[in-house]
Amino acid sequence: MSAQAKSFGARWLGALSANAAALTGYPASLQVADGELDQHAARFIAVVPDSASHFPRARQGQVGLAEGWALARAVHDAVAADEAMPDKRVIVAVIDVPGQAYGRTEEAYGIHQALAAAAQAYAKARQAGHPVIGLIVGKAMSGGFLAHGYQANRLIALSGDAVQVHAMGKQAAARITQRTVEGVEELARTITPMAYDIESYASLGLLFRQLAVTGDQAEDLSAVETVRRALSDALADIQAAPDEASQRDLSSRLQGNGREASVEVRRRLRVQWAG
Amino acid sequence: MNTSELLQRQSFVELSARARVAQLLDGGSGRELLGPFERLTSPWLALQDIVTQSDDGVVISRGTVDGVDVVIAAIEPAFQGGSMGEVGGAKIAGALELAVEDAANGKPVVPVLLLETGGVRLQEANCGLAAIAEIHAAIVALRAWVPVVGVVTGPVGCFGGMSIAAGLCSHLIVTREARLGLNGPQVIEQEAGIEEFDSRDRPMIWSLLGGQQRHATGLVEDLCDDDVRAVRARIVEAVQSGDTAPARIENIQAFETLLAAIEPDVLAEADKVRAAFEQQANHAGAFS
Amino acid sequence: MQTLSLDYKAGKPPPRRALAGVVGSGDLEVLLEPGENGRSTVAIKTSVEGVKDIWKAVIDRIFADVSAPAVALEINDFGATPAVVRLRIAQAIEQATATDDGQQASDA
Repeated sequence: MSAQAKSFGARWLGALSANAAALTGYPASLQVADGELDQHAARFIAVVPDSASHFPRARQGQVGLAEGWALARAVHDAVAADEAMPDKRVIVAVIDVPGQAYGRTEEAYGIHQALAAAAQAYAKARQAGHPVIGLIVGKAMSGGFLAHGYQANRLIALSGDAVQVHAMGKQAAARITQRTVEGVEELARTITPMAYDIESYASLGLLFRQLAVTGDQAEDLSAVETVRRALSDALADIQAAPDEASQRDLSSRLQGNGREASVEVRRRLRVQWAG
Repeated sequence: MNTSELLQRQSFVELSARARVAQLLDGGSGRELLGPFERLTSPWLALQDIVTQSDDGVVISRGTVDGVDVVIAAIEPAFQGGSMGEVGGAKIAGALELAVEDAANGKPVVPVLLLETGGVRLQEANCGLAAIAEIHAAIVALRAWVPVVGVVTGPVGCFGGMSIAAGLCSHLIVTREARLGLNGPQVIEQEAGIEEFDSRDRPMIWSLLGGQQRHATGLVEDLCDDDVRAVRARIVEAVQSGDTAPARIENIQAFETLLAAIEPDVLAEADKVRAAFEQQANHAGAFS
Repeated sequence: MQTLSLDYKAGKPPPRRALAGVVGSGDLEVLLEPGENGRSTVAIKTSVEGVKDIWKAVIDRIFADVSAPAVALEINDFGATPAVVRLRIAQAIEQATATDDGQQASDA
């Protein structure tokens, strides 16, 4: 880490956890810090670059084998520790992941299973009553995002060009769809879900809130205050949901406009389900 | 398998999604939801002048398998590589969400997912990714009540975010014709370079991602022949089993120990990978 | 993508709707619904450009018999050959008109 500039993920983790000491026992690419949010205990988790990682394909902040399993443990251990507690700690996934690790070793040793373990841990935390919030401070790409943050009750995103959500990098997307990179960019201008920018993503209705704060403002006290306030609001919004099921599921993502087909499919399915 | 069995064999891999469903359900029990005549097609493909399919490549059907109430979600491998768009993804997620409600109300219905998919449909990128996250959530929620059965037979295999969905299933059934991996071979080659991963090296790909290897390493529970009756028989067993929490998802410690023994600078080979998993299994009884 | 609409004289509508094929490489999907008495319509969407004449010739021949069942066909094509087009339409018509209900997989 030392020689590199700190990533957005690492900087925001520090800012939000009041620079609490990171927990030991995790790979250097996974920072876990316990702090508080609105007088509730909170665990902040970020995947960060580690240029010395044992796994070369996961040195730039990707979610690889080690990160997947360590994420699962970090979340699982918090759930286990709070099992008998009425007030479950908040879990904040600080998201700045350029993707999953792409490599032969990764596939051979079942990276899909590592990411499944991480996604399951977050989903189970949510179902156990932990408020889970995903805070997108940089890239939220593809499998990396699915493993780290996409299971959150509420998603909040910062703004600026560095904040992006997508299923695949432009080069690879161009190759797979047999287009040029320019062709991919051109389509992204008109087809909302193909766009990389956070404004387009926000228009799909998946975010609880988008903040007028950029990723590089983690040392700006008023920006940090804005983010903390949004996290508090998200927490209150989760707790204000009408019943236990909707406090613990992802239904709030369908409240927005932007994914009409997703809503319509569910509406018709419900009508036909019981027969 | 003897000669007469071979002659009676009917390939499952070659069937369309709708034909697969018809073969698996008890005769006359099937009821398709949001069938093709609903014409709920992809709004995003149409905007890109790409021909849509009337069911967006996903068949949802309720029915019974040997008397057990199930909901089958079958992805059509031939349409857009089995990719997950907004509509198809919402069909799977929505059906699973309704199954969660039913299970919580004492009406268990067992989901069977036929996962032939390259993952997110890139023409609908963020809508596909969001739907896959919702599918993940519903699978985990359902496993509190019922087993969730995943089936990967080929020809496409199961990749991308849907390989994570496979990893979340309580019971995974594959054939030798199946491949299971997070990243498709072309994408790995693009991102990591051809020296690390040659997407045209089919023997290497099958040796690492193929059904046989995934079974040998404990990353799937069942390996069966590409035969309709064999696949159905495994599904019958799986839907009748109680929920299981397979070690491959739960045993974090075993995997972390395994990772420490990996030498990532050496190109992974199938036999070494198997040996590493076996050694770990012998230590901790981890992956079986 | 190219679209094409065709219209033919026909006999009586069949008793039920039917589906054949998938929108896969070299294949097509045919959705058949009973048409109005005496008239068949065919609406085609194809991924292949510049083949209008071939489509018209193939479909004209299939519907040349004015006593054929009156159907509303919707075709979603992904590069099927004329032989595959004829096969899928024949499969759909056969399902829609078959008298043995036991052979029907409803929409399945």
